[in-house]
Amino acid sequence: MNGGQDLGGTHGHGPVKPELNEPVFHGEWEKRAFALTLAMGMPGGWNIDMSRFARENRPPGEYLSMTYYQIWFAALETMLKERGLVAEDEIAAGHSLHPPKPVKRVLSPGDVEKTLHRGGPTERETNTAAAFKPGDKVRAKNLNPPTHTRLPRYVRGHIGTIERIIGCHVFPDSNAMGAGENPQWLYTVRFDGHELWGDEGDPTSKVSVDAWEPYLELA
Amino acid sequence: MSGHDHDHHDHDHSELSETQLRVRALETVLTEKGYVDPAALDLLIETYEKKVGPRNGARVVAKAWADPTYRARLLKDATPAIAEIGYAGRQGEHIVALENTPQLHNMVVCTLCSCYPWPVLGLPPVWYKSAPYRSRAVLDPRGVLADFGVTLPKETEIRIWDSTAEIRYLVLPMRPSGTDGWSEEKLAELVTRDSMIGTGLPKSPKDIAK
Repeated sequence: MNGGQDLGGTHGHGPVKPELNEPVFHGEWEKRAFALTLAMGMPGGWNIDMSRFARENRPPGEYLSMTYYQIWFAALETMLKERGLVAEDEIAAGHSLHPPKPVKRVLSPGDVEKTLHRGGPTERETNTAAAFKPGDKVRAKNLNPPTHTRLPRYVRGHIGTIERIIGCHVFPDSNAMGAGENPQWLYTVRFDGHELWGDEGDPTSKVSVDAWEPYLELA
Repeated sequence: MSGHDHDHHDHDHSELSETQLRVRALETVLTEKGYVDPAALDLLIETYEKKVGPRNGARVVAKAWADPTYRARLLKDATPAIAEIGYAGRQGEHIVALENTPQLHNMVVCTLCSCYPWPVLGLPPVWYKSAPYRSRAVLDPRGVLADFGVTLPKETEIRIWDSTAEIRYLVLPMRPSGTDGWSEEKLAELVTRDSMIGTGLPKSPKDIAK
């Protein structure tokens, strides 16, 4: 979606302000919001692309005025409510008021380490051949889906070079919509700064994105 | 994102109080329903506060500086090379190491969200997730580097890696001069978090002698 999350190349956000000796979390609630988000993945039954869509799918002004963990937490509430796992009256009351729904699995303390260590690899077997090879000139398609996509606006319509075939990976555009993993070939595509930004671009810079095959066409 | 902008302290304060209350309320609801175990939440927090952080990545970089065969393995296929030292998993399932050279400086961003190699760097700092960095890294990388106090030679090529898929990038900075014969442990002290993102450079031997 062309939402507030798609920030590459936008102006007016001011300088980057690194915080000296920054703590991992700013306050107790960030810790709990982070941990709840991780722990609810399995019982909630959603995938990472659904989570990303739930985070970005809000008015851009709202997205930009929230802190990152506020966005995470708002997305967690949305996904829980959409699936009927929690109702607003329960959050308002601070207690469970309705019977729980059966869930697949709950994260136990004993499973934390191995669950994190396993992670969620996205590479999949395929019997198709990659359509592009390193060195090919490709154009990022002019796609504007209102749903989740990982093709940033700033590369759309521009010509780049296939640098590397990464492998066949879960396709977020499908996975975020519950339409299955639909694995697709994934490539690192390199663009010249001037191609992306014209005279405003740094002539010594190159930018790459990792783009799935359906995002690209031979130029 | 307004983040922790102290100009808007009062505004943030009231909004944050409401968020704090809702987070607490939701945790209670989810616990009462049996969807989460609070002890597992504690462990998740402890993991990313105490165990997983940029010191992990510093060990990887120091080993690559000290051991040419490890360096070659890391640059060829970073995920197994990093797993050799014991770091793997969530948000680091597919890692690629990017070698800085006198001609080429690599810098990593996620313009669409906050993708970051957790097993080697821990959770990302606020600035990495913020609008200023995500918007400008791809358009004005030298301007962003200047915000970090870094100036590179004019002729150095800057390569920005936008983490738009599940590939996570770790910058292998150049080994500082004056470190011949140093142990991996000592070399690791020179490796900063920002030098592994590409927004900083490693410390020099003088910096840590102070």
